[in-house]
Amino acid sequence: MTMSRPTPEGRFGDFGGRFVPESLIAACEELERAFTEAWSDPSFIDEFQRVLCDYAGRPSPVTECHRLSQRLGVRVLLKREDLNHTGSHKINNVIGQALLAKRMGKSKLVAETGAGQHGVATATAAALLGMECKVYMGAVDVERQALNVFRMKLLGSDVEAVMSGSRTLKDAVNEALRHWVAAVEDTHYCLGSVMGPHPYPWMVREFHRVIGEEARAQCSEILGGGEPDVVTACVGGGSNAIGIFSGFIDTEAQLVGVEPAGGAAVGGGVPGVVHGMLSYLKQDEDGQVLEAESISAGLDYPGVGPEHSYLASVGRATYVSVTDDEVVAAFELLSRTEGIIPALESAHAIAWVAREPSLKGKTVLVNLSGRGDKDVDQMMDILG
Amino acid sequence: MTVSLEASLMSAKGAGRKLLVPYITGGMDQWLDAIRAAADAGADAVEIGIPFSDPVMDGPVIQEASWQSLQHGSTPQSVVAEAADLDVGIPLAVMTYYNLAYRAGHERFAANLYRAGISGCILPDLPYVESGPWRTAAEAAGVEPVLLAAPTTPEHRLPDLCAASRGFVYAVGVMGVTGVRSELAASAVEIAARCKRVTDKATLVGVGISNPEQAAEVVQVADGVVVGSSIVRRLLDGDGPEGVAALVSQYRRAIDG
Ligand SMILES: Cc1ncc(COP(=O)(O)O)c(C=O)c1O
Repeated sequence: MTMSRPTPEGRFGDFGGRFVPESLIAACEELERAFTEAWSDPSFIDEFQRVLCDYAGRPSPVTECHRLSQRLGVRVLLKREDLNHTGSHKINNVIGQALLAKRMGKSKLVAETGAGQHGVATATAAALLGMECKVYMGAVDVERQALNVFRMKLLGSDVEAVMSGSRTLKDAVNEALRHWVAAVEDTHYCLGSVMGPHPYPWMVREFHRVIGEEARAQCSEILGGGEPDVVTACVGGGSNAIGIFSGFIDTEAQLVGVEPAGGAAVGGGVPGVVHGMLSYLKQDEDGQVLEAESISAGLDYPGVGPEHSYLASVGRATYVSVTDDEVVAAFELLSRTEGIIPALESAHAIAWVAREPSLKGKTVLVNLSGRGDKDVDQMMDILG
Repeated sequence: MTVSLEASLMSAKGAGRKLLVPYITGGMDQWLDAIRAAADAGADAVEIGIPFSDPVMDGPVIQEASWQSLQHGSTPQSVVAEAADLDVGIPLAVMTYYNLAYRAGHERFAANLYRAGISGCILPDLPYVESGPWRTAAEAAGVEPVLLAAPTTPEHRLPDLCAASRGFVYAVGVMGVTGVRSELAASAVEIAARCKRVTDKATLVGVGISNPEQAAEVVQVADGVVVGSSIVRRLLDGDGPEGVAALVSQYRRAIDG
């Protein structure tokens, strides 16, 4: 199996599509054309790779966790996206989109953010490229991720707290889409995950492919030409997971996405349409979208990117969930055994590895999507 | 008996009448009486909003109304069931978001509307390019799927879009979401003119018509208007069905010239 382009209609199997108001269809088509062109232009790809390397600090290393491995009886390798500039994998996608937006002649970026990592990354790219930037963030998240709010402002971005709906990530996406409809002419919507209308799920995956490509080569080096038995990552919208899965899709490796128990779209949802895509969605019998509830703002999302729904439907990837308590324990576990404080989002993947008995004796590659600095305040309250 | 939206609007248009379609969010305080009042005050059809958790095409006013309605415990079934008892003599259409139709199943959702005497259905997040399966199911069930044309709809897609739309063509007046705006955008007149060049169906401009003066201006070109936020604002402000009747009368007089 390979990860190819979706159909011309933007479908991965039955999933995906372009379910946005007619007003935005032309903008999605324009973006699809621009991305298709840029992604086959060596000068664009060179520039993208140069910025990832000279500015964002790629490649990120793979770290073998000796003490954690001994503790769990599982050989654990971490793909260190936490070491990227701005502290998470989000920067890969943002640099790609910001360069593309410039190329398209757009002068402004608008973005949604949950944990604030995507917002910080977008604000960073805007500062780097001299673009204006506005970030929508649910009022609940503004509160629990105050540090990232300040960071975005420091970087020169405008942050707006979203007061509608559940006041978390899904509502921030709604608000960013509303903003975009009124501003498409000069504004690019820098969407933060492999979700939304076509071409976003495909384009964002392509910008994160670098995670999987690097990890494949690095694992091969560490494992003497071999591959890990299992590749795992946390799943909110699913961008860091798709990025790392893309490097191993054609191998025997088992691919496992870890969702929060309170926001398990694949595990607890049914297909539905919101935010421009047909995908698994947590919703009630009438089709009203349910609020996700997770300790981590970045995974507090009731939907999931359509390619994950596809990978689940064909059985190529499996999706599991972990509870907030398991995540808190994993957050401490990795901090103490390896001296790495993970983002609460990334701690979900660690939590599953720590819990899952069938992993004993196996080699597991975990995408450590981000660092935990942003979560330290929240954890101080929880751990006392 | 369900009145055909398209036949009814076409016949009024044919008689030289400009068309007025007020929007009211189902399930908000006094909404049924507000619809009756709007009908009495000269509406040609009424659009009933079925509240959705994530109304991405709506601005603050209709978001607030949707929220109020959901807080009252409204469901798609309750709104449709209550609308079935309206006997206002003009066609009704619902406006909601696609997931409610997708979740229920196209056939079941459409059949439910038809049984309640609702003629048309507007799904603003279901663009023409994704609308095929829904249109087939809706028309088979006797429900007219109204499509939206936007200022950014390319010329090559507009004729097919207008041909596929039933009931009327909903011309989106501004690039933006529903809400009250102080000025009529040039794009409103432009999109109406573009639609009228490619279709004989009634072309109504909605989104961005905030007062009777703007309505009067746009019907110089368009066949009519859909007015939402300014009407819903009256209900949110507690002006009740009387307030709605007064505003609908003003719109009526303005577009009758
Ligand atoms: C560190 C980190 N990991 C993961 C995510 C979730 O996003 P995705 O599922 O798209 O990787 C976020 C989102 O904010 C994040 O900050």
